[in-house]
Amino acid sequence: MKKTLILTTALTGFAFAASAAEVTVMSWGGAYTKSQVEAYQKPFTAETGITVNSVDSDNPATPIKAQVEAGNVTVDVADVEFSDAIRLCDEGLLETIDQSMLPAAPDGTSAADDFIDGALQDCAVANIVWSTVFAYNSANNDGTPTTIGDFFDLEKFPGKRGLRKSAKATLEMALMADGVPAAEVYGLLDSAEGVDRAFAKLDTIKADIVWWEAGAQPPQLLADGEVVMSTAYNGRIFNAAVAENQPLVVVWDGQILDFDLFVVPKGAPNKEEAMKFIAFSTDTQRLADQASWISYGPARKSSGAMVGLYSDGKTEMGPHMPTAEANLGNALVNNFEFWVDHDAELNERFNAWLAN
Amino acid sequence: MADSTTSTEIGLTTVDGKPLKEALAYAQTRARRRALLLVLPLLLFILVTFILPIGQMLQRSVYNDGFTMHHNLGTGEDTPIMVNLAAWFDDNELGVEPDEAAYAALVTDLIELKRLRAPGSAGTRINYGLSGSRSLFTQGARKAAKLEAPFKEALIGVNEKWENPKLWQVMRSASSSYTGAFYLAAIDRTQNADGDVERVEENRRVYVKLFGRTLAVSLLITFLTFLLAYPIAHLLATLPLRYSNLLMIFVLLPFWTSLLVRTTSWMILLQSQGVLNDAMVGTGILDDANRIQMMYNKTGTIIAMTHILLPFMVLPLYSVMRPINPSYVRAARSLGATSWTAFRRIYFPQTVPGIGAGALLVFILAVGYYITPALVGGADGTLISNLIAFHMTKSLNWSMAAALASLLLGGILILYWLYDRLVGIDNLKLG
Repeated sequence: MKKTLILTTALTGFAFAASAAEVTVMSWGGAYTKSQVEAYQKPFTAETGITVNSVDSDNPATPIKAQVEAGNVTVDVADVEFSDAIRLCDEGLLETIDQSMLPAAPDGTSAADDFIDGALQDCAVANIVWSTVFAYNSANNDGTPTTIGDFFDLEKFPGKRGLRKSAKATLEMALMADGVPAAEVYGLLDSAEGVDRAFAKLDTIKADIVWWEAGAQPPQLLADGEVVMSTAYNGRIFNAAVAENQPLVVVWDGQILDFDLFVVPKGAPNKEEAMKFIAFSTDTQRLADQASWISYGPARKSSGAMVGLYSDGKTEMGPHMPTAEANLGNALVNNFEFWVDHDAELNERFNAWLAN
Repeated sequence: MADSTTSTEIGLTTVDGKPLKEALAYAQTRARRRALLLVLPLLLFILVTFILPIGQMLQRSVYNDGFTMHHNLGTGEDTPIMVNLAAWFDDNELGVEPDEAAYAALVTDLIELKRLRAPGSAGTRINYGLSGSRSLFTQGARKAAKLEAPFKEALIGVNEKWENPKLWQVMRSASSSYTGAFYLAAIDRTQNADGDVERVEENRRVYVKLFGRTLAVSLLITFLTFLLAYPIAHLLATLPLRYSNLLMIFVLLPFWTSLLVRTTSWMILLQSQGVLNDAMVGTGILDDANRIQMMYNKTGTIIAMTHILLPFMVLPLYSVMRPINPSYVRAARSLGATSWTAFRRIYFPQTVPGIGAGALLVFILAVGYYITPALVGGADGTLISNLIAFHMTKSLNWSMAAALASLLLGGILILYWLYDRLVGIDNLKLG
């Protein structure tokens, strides 16, 4: 009897200790957070017993500086864009991540070789490749827009346009729509004439733009008929179209590819669990699993072959990936170095342009 | 007579023989001390949550040590950086062409930056003054250790941007932690390579314009809330209590509802596919192609904010109107005044303290309003508070945000002072 008592007490104590361990993960909300909860967080809790608190933000990079400088960090892992990861790391706001803790691919290829170029940084590990595309509601459009130029063509396709309220991606798309080949976009944007040209192109549709900030907004704006076309994160459109049967169509021409990366803010309260979470979530299987919840490409080469069907069990994911061969015809890879350098200047100009 | 003189000289005493004056003073001091103890928690609270943060903000607007000190957030250690360059700036005045010694100092400092892993934060500070210089520092620090004398040619060989006189002006300005550069930027001005203040290029001027717009929109909203609230408050004040209480709930209900809910409700009502437009198209007043754009622009901001701030005007007006004795107006009418004269000469002047309080409340709230313009303002309905938020959360240039916020605070204080001079702050009645 006494033995049982000791045993149960010990077990309860153990269970208590286990449930006390937790990690807070901040992501972008909506369908994207859901994909991470299903593919990373639930299996992680099942395997390690560590509870995952999932919180959302319009852009998880923004609260980090405030939290770290105030010495009140509540987030352990944040999912951020490439240029933000580099900038925050340079400013000493992130913990460095030991890449040797990342598991190798099933065939034994080391993590360093298995991740796509650029996916591993001092303070960040990429999980997905996503892209900014434009999409339209086929119920509200007479014709079929096929090129980025059509997005800026108000005569052929009259109606409001949705655009992210930020210089990033907006300027690049404007230049591509103006006929600049993807390879020359950043070279041109580095010059005053290039920036002027991009803003001049934006001027042509300025009066018809509805600006959005949260990733969940564009599918909503499109479904409501508030806009006829909108730029969007490609996965959000996929989910609205496939999971919610909305008549939304992605146009891949002029898409801008980018990474989302996991980072750990300096002074994170559960740093150890955070690192465990990152190592667990970015292994070959989890990254492939995530692609069955939303159409973002895995950052590991070895995951690519394992990507199969959407969670409805019938939609083939391959063609919906931004990295699919057919979608790369006119695609631009986001130049993070350019944005780390010019973010302040171009957003200042962008704000002035908006206000005038 | 003689008796009374003696008694004043000796003075009155209490029962235990103390002079009355002293005893009274003592009792009063004790009462005052007790009163102070009672307000002490509030004083401390205000000091910690209000005065100190504002002080910190003011300091941040003129202080940025990004180019003079490296903070290791992990160990909490502070290391001075760019010391050699700062020494060169001390020895050489503005306008002196940077010589070999200057470049040698710079290279030494870049090597130190690399060791501290700080080129990013130092570069960010310079980037505020001259865009595109951030990567100059990360690149320079990466290569500095391998450079050989003469350093001037070597560094310019790495990147010719190092030669830019504007860069040297910004570095000189940033080598002192105290700077007025953020205030200059907040009024669309900058220092050129020679240190003279000039306006920034046309296509980057935004802050002065937005300060003006914020002022104009806030004044308009204050006026609109006054127009709407005056009749409501009058009705509330004159109706019998059982009706006016019911009406009061209609005023207070939105006041208790979350700000976000009210803002998004307006979005649903006013957007181009929204309730109002649909109704007008449905009844044939509007053509489907000509739906009115009332959301995501200045109109949306003004409508939503007027509604949200309305209770702040109604309540002070109501509290002033309620106790006004109706017999004054009746007396004026019986003496032959027209209803307009009676209103203008008798009723209205008695409500002025309420108008003052309401206007001041609504105006000050409107000037700092942030969420509503961010959600419904689109491009031309955003206010200065949205740019402060932009610098706080997106560009992470907190010094800039602090400078803008300080200017806003200063502007409001000046308006408050003007109000006090013109209307008198004692003339304010909140309830």
